[in-house]
Amino acid sequence: MATTSSMFMYSLTLQPPSDITAAVLGQFAGTREQQIVTASGSKLTIHRPDPTQGKISPLFTQDCFGIVRTLAAFRLAGGSKDYIIVGSDSGRITILEYLKDTNRFSRVHLETFGKSGVRRVIPGQYLAVDPKGRACLIASVEKNKIVYVLNRNAQAALTISSPLEAHKPGLLVFDLIALDVGYENPVFAAIEVDYSESDQDPSGQAFEDVEKQLVYYELDLGLNHVVRKWSETVDRSATRLFQVPGGSDGPSGVLVCGVDTITYRHNNQDAHRVPIPRRRGVLENPERKRTIVAGIMHKIRNQFFLLLQTGDGDLFKASIDMAEDDNGQPTGEVKALKIKYFDSVPVANSLHILKSGFLFVAAERGNHQFYQFEKLGDDDDETEFSSEDYPSDPLEPYSPAYFHPRPLLNLALVQSIESMNPLMESKVTNLLDEDGAPQIYTICGAGARSSFKTLRHGLSVSELVESELPDKPQAVWTTKLTRADKHDAYIVLSFASGTLVLSIGETVEEVTDTGFLSTAPTLAVQQLGEDALVQVHPKGIRHIRADKRVNEWPAPQHRSIVAAATNERQIAVALSSGEIVYFEMDTDGSLNEYDERREMTGTVTCLGLGDVPEGRVRSSFLAVGCDDSTVRILSLDPDSTLENKSVQALTSPPSSLAIMPMVDATSGGTTLYLHIGLYSGVYLRTVLDEITGELSDVRTRFLGLKPAKLFRVSVAGQNCILAASTRAWLGYTDPQTKGFMLTPLDYPELRHAWTFSSEQCPEGIVGIQEQNLRIFSVEDISRNLLQESIPLPYTPRKFVKHPEHNLFYVIESDNNTLASSTRSKLINETPAVNGDATILPPDQFGNPHGTEHWASCVQVIDPVTAKSVIFSLELEDNECATSIAAAPFSGQDDETFLVIGTAKDLKVSPRSYSAGFLHVYRFHEEGRELEFIHKTKIDHPPTALLPFQGRLLAGCGSDLRIYDLGMKQMLRKCQVQTLPNIIVGLATQGNRIVVSDVQESVSFVVYKFQDNKLIPFADDMVARWTTSAAMVDYETVAGGDKFGNMWLVRCPPKASEEADEDNSGAHLLHEKGYLNGAPARLNLMTHYFTGDISTSMQKTNLVNGGRDVVFWTGLQGTLGMLVPFVSREDVDFFQELEKQLATEHNPPLLGRDHLAYRSYYAPSKGTIDGDLCETYFLLPHEKKEIIAGPLDRSVREVERKISDMRTRVAY
Amino acid sequence: MADKLRTLQQLESLQAKYVGTGHADTTRHEFTNTIVRDSYASYIGHPALLGFMSLGMGEPKEVVRGQFIEKMIRGVGNPPVKEED
Repeated sequence: MATTSSMFMYSLTLQPPSDITAAVLGQFAGTREQQIVTASGSKLTIHRPDPTQGKISPLFTQDCFGIVRTLAAFRLAGGSKDYIIVGSDSGRITILEYLKDTNRFSRVHLETFGKSGVRRVIPGQYLAVDPKGRACLIASVEKNKIVYVLNRNAQAALTISSPLEAHKPGLLVFDLIALDVGYENPVFAAIEVDYSESDQDPSGQAFEDVEKQLVYYELDLGLNHVVRKWSETVDRSATRLFQVPGGSDGPSGVLVCGVDTITYRHNNQDAHRVPIPRRRGVLENPERKRTIVAGIMHKIRNQFFLLLQTGDGDLFKASIDMAEDDNGQPTGEVKALKIKYFDSVPVANSLHILKSGFLFVAAERGNHQFYQFEKLGDDDDETEFSSEDYPSDPLEPYSPAYFHPRPLLNLALVQSIESMNPLMESKVTNLLDEDGAPQIYTICGAGARSSFKTLRHGLSVSELVESELPDKPQAVWTTKLTRADKHDAYIVLSFASGTLVLSIGETVEEVTDTGFLSTAPTLAVQQLGEDALVQVHPKGIRHIRADKRVNEWPAPQHRSIVAAATNERQIAVALSSGEIVYFEMDTDGSLNEYDERREMTGTVTCLGLGDVPEGRVRSSFLAVGCDDSTVRILSLDPDSTLENKSVQALTSPPSSLAIMPMVDATSGGTTLYLHIGLYSGVYLRTVLDEITGELSDVRTRFLGLKPAKLFRVSVAGQNCILAASTRAWLGYTDPQTKGFMLTPLDYPELRHAWTFSSEQCPEGIVGIQEQNLRIFSVEDISRNLLQESIPLPYTPRKFVKHPEHNLFYVIESDNNTLASSTRSKLINETPAVNGDATILPPDQFGNPHGTEHWASCVQVIDPVTAKSVIFSLELEDNECATSIAAAPFSGQDDETFLVIGTAKDLKVSPRSYSAGFLHVYRFHEEGRELEFIHKTKIDHPPTALLPFQGRLLAGCGSDLRIYDLGMKQMLRKCQVQTLPNIIVGLATQGNRIVVSDVQESVSFVVYKFQDNKLIPFADDMVARWTTSAAMVDYETVAGGDKFGNMWLVRCPPKASEEADEDNSGAHLLHEKGYLNGAPARLNLMTHYFTGDISTSMQKTNLVNGGRDVVFWTGLQGTLGMLVPFVSREDVDFFQELEKQLATEHNPPLLGRDHLAYRSYYAPSKGTIDGDLCETYFLLPHEKKEIIAGPLDRSVREVERKISDMRTRVAY
Repeated sequence: MADKLRTLQQLESLQAKYVGTGHADTTRHEFTNTIVRDSYASYIGHPALLGFMSLGMGEPKEVVRGQFIEKMIRGVGNPPVKEED
């Protein structure tokens, strides 16, 4: 039972997966504008492409807690809004609608058709919708097909029929689409193979004779049943189908794509076939046949074309010519299928052409691309291949088609959308020394589009102006001249002994006739009333009227002003004596002093005054911070002016105060907050009750070692707080969850800042950094992780950091790719024919293909100073690097060497190789260069390496070995066979080694130095196909497997102690194994299904002063963490919250049971789903209250608890 | 007896509905065939797993997907020769 676990983890996603597995285009908002809905892992995201800016930006993301497999869009006849059909692992078909007003997905229909889970015979793999939106077909790989009729009822609401079945056992489906038949009965086309005969024939003849068929299924709308209408044998290698427009737009039918063939097929037409053109070039094998991996059909007015993509990424434009009769009128008979090279883009999972003339490429690996069409390839000189020149039977001889790839001609890249898929490994460490928060270093991408990425918590900033000033200013303000002005007119700079006013215009220049006192420093600047300005300086307040008349209020004798707070109608100043003087503007625009002064007990350090709420004459609260570490709220209402309302005690004197309303999830609107910055560098945010002035719900955050100063700024249309300490932080409301976020800016330390608005930059910030005046703006607040990438030539596999220097060593290898030496040999030796020798940039066209060739290299990367690859070393002889370690050898005076394990002639499936090697390199130039020392041939390729007690631990096949460095080669010192398959990972603490196997989970091994023996003493009882594992303490291992599970296993204490006893070697060695395994078994502590395959795991802290968490990365680009729970009460609270959300108030959108999803392969244990808990923020207020009730907490408290779980340890 | 019959009928309906449901006389060939075909269907159906494998094989996902369905036709190989009895 999950509830009895002694260990609980809170699982949170820091960055959702970026792999787009399915995408669909449509007018989901019901307007003419098109949106794109994408599925990444379990998340559905709606994006808005902006044709004017050529940018695509996410509108809303929803976690569905189920695997999204297919998406389709459809529109009912006469409607203007597209619905989304989702095929998932829930065994249900879901129809969703996007609600523009609330920016949410809403479920319209949910129909159950089968068991949950991704299974062979449960539909969900294929989904096709009739182009007229009358029916949809959902099918499984084998046997089952279900058709639903879509219609509308008398109220014009969407209806869905009961399912119509078209099952046939023993039938495998390769692809399935809907045919465009106009308004005739809907027809679906499938490529199928019937294996039932081959399964019964022992001779194997039936298998040889298996035929692939193109089958039409017709839904008879009159009789309401599905019939197999037509079938025809097609090319045996066919795997993809594409729709050809029908009705009035075209001939209808399908394109069947197989290896080196694209064939047009329809039941009343002849077959027309073209080969897939192959790349011509010295590096290309002219015999290699291509396949179509993606494509899209697009209609423009009375024309249509298809863009088809090969596995190389080349796009081909296919079109169909119609036969004409004697009068030149089209007859409806297809004359020819034509194809020509269009452009090359990254290999796509799906392609989408927008009506506004853009192409969205959801890339299979690496960044997604957004292109703009410049031409449609109508009038270029590319060779067009026509089906008239090729036989329709692919078995007949024909001469292949060739083309020369070239840089983009028809498309122009407008945006590259960052994607970390596939994420191969990561390391969290702090190399930048920025007050503690570590960075995440990752290797991701595949092939020539790989990269080394550095991720940092922060918001990106675009700098507009940086100019040096004659002196170091203390503070800066901007001000408008009148209330009606849209933009600021002056920048006011305060120096230690004077004030400088700059005017903002075409140029920024000093002005002197402003009425400002220039001989004293300034404390505050404010545009007052309609058209007046106010300057507060230590000796008084200057009220500058529009006609430059100046009224001066002098500070009382022997006292000076120490703090001031202003808004457009009120001014409060604090005197050095601790008195507070309050002014209000009266109807004729003059300032009136309130006749009483309030004496505070201590020295006032800061004041805070909110803006005047709309429709009111004054802000009703004044916040006063005193050096006795308190903040008091004073009333400014006429009947209780300067009376105490409430007090907040603090841990340190406040340095800055701000009263500001912010958008807030709890209330659904805006809430008034008091923001407090302390001298200790802590920032607090408390809710200020608008009526009583009570302070509640304090949230604190440590910013840095310098006093926190707060400034009100405006970013992306919302009120934000800029908190400056050792770094500048921005406090804002997340545009989607409406939760409060505090993120450092990617900018130097600021002394003072203020809002800045001009025509060029409506929402800027002006700041002072040392002696510089800087103007900048923050544009995107939806992403709080900054990315920097360094391109790599091949798929990175693993990397290590230099033990002392800030350098990383990455091993890269690519299967089926020509090594660079082979490439240069080919280029030099082959006589080039017209343009064949053009070398194409690999990052766009990919590395040249070479079947069973490996290209592999080791590279040194400096991510801190040079931010590039600084050294690379290619491997020769078809070797590919499989593992890497930087190991100090005690036999060499603890000098560190780089050791790389390689495999020669490696074949992945079924696995084979001719040999394995260990290469040893010496570091030179502080690790910036590598010198080859020697290489050692070993029987199995080393798949895991780890430095261990001055020697090297290597996992070679199923053997665990210890090697020492010799003069000529590596010397094997000790060996044990621990696990039955392949060792994929090693971790160690003391004498204990944790070995992970590709298939058999982890096992614990102890090294006995006296006996020089490695002895396995504990292993697991469940086969876990481990992909990554890390020790979280001496007894416990956190790991992830190939199927997307994460687990923690722990060694029983008795076995752990026994293994470490002195002289227990002989005893351990002779202890009887249990059930063909080690003597002891590991206990499972927690288990959880994440949906993504974990590729690295590390115990680390992520923020300054945060506790340690288990940080993991997933192949699809997920960054996540497991946070250990400290108290049992928290566990109970979150379990109850999880239960309420999952079952009653917010069940997963696609109808997948939440608990069943998280228990996909094994029951979820000891883990709370933080992602589910965070959906609480997205609920409407009434639901929040219903959930908060049984938890005995207020909505605000529940939200605080949820957000604390994240902000305490991460971002 | 009626109970037994009903159980049998239920089992038969399950076998018809869910391919691969076993019975008392399931042969080794049938059993392993089911495992192989179920596995490939699962590899294709889980996007992360398909991505993982295609990355290892150095082929596009779509190619690997086609290969896996192709392998489902064959299963584990030819069925054993039936003994005449």
